[in-house]
Amino acid sequence: MDVFAALVGQEAATVTFRRAAAEADALVKAGRGLGTEENAQSGARTGAMTHAWIVTGPPGSGRLEAARAFAAALQCRTGTGCGECPGCHTTLTGSNADVRMVVPEGLSIAVADMRALVMRAGTAPSGGRWQVVVVSDADRLTEGAGNALLKAIEEPSPRTVFLLCTPSTHPDDISVTIRSRCRVVPLVQARPEALAAALAEGQGVAPDVAAWAAAAAQGDVELARRLAGDPEVRKRREAVLTVPRKLTSVGACFDAASALIESAEAEAAALVAEMDSGERADLERALGAGGTGRGAAGAMRGAAGQLKDLEKRQKSRATRAQRDALDRALVDLAGFYRDVLAVQFGAPVRPVHGDTAANAKAAAGKWTAESTLRRLEAVLGCREAITLNVKPRIAVEAMMLSLWRG
Amino acid sequence: MLAATRAVTSGYATGPVRVTEGGSRVTRATMSGVTAAIPPALTLVLGDEELLSARAIAQTVHAARAADPGSDVREYEGGALVPGEVAEMLSPSLFGGRRVLVLRAGQDARKDMITTLLAYAKNPDPEVHLIVAHLGGAKGKALADGLKSAGATVLAVPKMKGARERVAFVREEIRRLNGSCTEDAATGLLDAVGNDLRELAAACSQLMADTDGRITAETVARYYKGRAEVSGFTVADAAIVGDVPGALEALRWALHVGVDPVPIADALADGVRTVARVASAGRGSAYQLASSLGMPAWKIERAQRQSRGWSPDGLVDAMQAAADCNAAVKGGAEDRGYALERAVVAVATARRAGGGR
Repeated sequence: MDVFAALVGQEAATVTFRRAAAEADALVKAGRGLGTEENAQSGARTGAMTHAWIVTGPPGSGRLEAARAFAAALQCRTGTGCGECPGCHTTLTGSNADVRMVVPEGLSIAVADMRALVMRAGTAPSGGRWQVVVVSDADRLTEGAGNALLKAIEEPSPRTVFLLCTPSTHPDDISVTIRSRCRVVPLVQARPEALAAALAEGQGVAPDVAAWAAAAAQGDVELARRLAGDPEVRKRREAVLTVPRKLTSVGACFDAASALIESAEAEAAALVAEMDSGERADLERALGAGGTGRGAAGAMRGAAGQLKDLEKRQKSRATRAQRDALDRALVDLAGFYRDVLAVQFGAPVRPVHGDTAANAKAAAGKWTAESTLRRLEAVLGCREAITLNVKPRIAVEAMMLSLWRG
Repeated sequence: MLAATRAVTSGYATGPVRVTEGGSRVTRATMSGVTAAIPPALTLVLGDEELLSARAIAQTVHAARAADPGSDVREYEGGALVPGEVAEMLSPSLFGGRRVLVLRAGQDARKDMITTLLAYAKNPDPEVHLIVAHLGGAKGKALADGLKSAGATVLAVPKMKGARERVAFVREEIRRLNGSCTEDAATGLLDAVGNDLRELAAACSQLMADTDGRITAETVARYYKGRAEVSGFTVADAAIVGDVPGALEALRWALHVGVDPVPIADALADGVRTVARVASAGRGSAYQLASSLGMPAWKIERAQRQSRGWSPDGLVDAMQAAADCNAAVKGGAEDRGYALERAVVAVATARRAGGGR
């Protein structure tokens, strides 16, 4: 299967990448690299290929997948991204020696990591094609790390390609000096039809379910897959969408808030619990737990501090996961009020939540457009409050009460 | 053996032993009611109320001193004790005479020490009075249990829990000093001084010294103004019933005594939440509502009283104010105190206005 098939609804970007990969292949076959004298003289270059790229796009548009597919096409023996040859295969599975992925787990990418990476990036590709560096969240580069990367991008080796993924080219996301040396490939929010087709084709989802999931996911490919495939995710979403109907009194608001918080907590706990226990077991083993013989007990004596550190990190990750889960629920909720507003204005747009369109219509008849807008504002305000570190329970309760009053 | 230098030898002393408890005047008074009966050879002071524990030790020491003015009093720390010392402290005195051994922080004594002490407890020397203070927790439990089964006299001094016990303590304290104290005066003193027993005892003796012995609420108000222990809940309670001056005063006190703004903001949100949930649950017995709302009955009863005058719209505004305040105290505002004041006023106003719409 073609490596670009995984990119849903990104036709323009795919064309750009294909042309670049084709020219890259021609260069490899001619035994040349980028930026050499011979290229200029021969006039063979069309300019489709360059050494530094920025892939931008909204959340869920598959920036990293796009970068990976392009990397595979560069390593492909046929130069098209066939998806069959060893080059494509090893890149997609992450085992290609000439493709380096930088996927930060923490909040930022440190300068030391970047320097080491830049050093490796300067070497010739061992497979004879291209040395590819993919930075998955280039918006997390610290200033120092960005400068280290800039040096390499300014004076690239002939066979080195940088692929940076960021949400946008706003200076907050990526420094202008890097941006000005890269070619930008914008990804778009996938249209629901394209997403539905991809779901139906790729995962064998029934067409009606696929269409519904695609609309509900609002262009987020990953979310659409989960909605179509995971009944738990679907159940949580349905629970969220019943919230507007449940808000009948002040007491009901608090019950709804509790239910929402608890569901987010449960989702986060399920997500991190397994990871947590695995990490803890690994660390304990590394510190010498469970050993026998002389000194085995003594080895663990100073380990409590390290275990505590680990617990602290895990707790912060759990909080993060919990907030993410809550945020997803709030986005769903905002989608519902957006649908109501669209009905009220008679806007010719598709509803986000096709399955609750009837509810949205009923609500549209009951509320004024102003009150719907106030409700939408309340949901968005709650999202912002949570990022400002307000206790989620308090923020959600205040939001529910506002939703009830309108 | 350096640790032994901590021991206080005051065999000749005529005054009270070196036991401080909120001023020496109290100490002398404490001793007045003690009978001169010879104390038992083994005494276990069990509990973690520090003042009462110190008093129990002092009384026992005093009783021993009364029985034999030449008694030799020594004090030891449980954690600093070494085996040789124990042998020395328990062996008969060369010069004869009674000896009083006080072992403080007995729960810190090491295992071998406990064994030695318990071996002695099985066959104690009648000329020696051993007083062991123990916090009563799981630590060093073997010592406490062993002494108990060896027949030691146990003086229980558990931690005081709840305002009622402390009110009783204050009244008892005044009575012991030959005064009288009304219930509301005791409550007022607790509000003003706080929950620390030493402070309370000192305040009681001070009040007795300054007045004729009849302590009423006015007396307390004259000598003690303001509040020592103000929490976010005090602020929230006042704001919820619409008492703006009271709430602002409590807030200033709370910030003044160093309560962090974040718990105050949380308490404010909690107050609004409780009233809202209780009000929307309808009328009913607090005990019936307790299980469905998942709150203790006393909290529901209080919220039922507080919920008078609230309208649903007002609750929405109040909750919004509480949420905004929560963001403000976590870095959203320049001045956290001002943000709290605004929230307090907003909550109280929301109650009166009953919502604009």
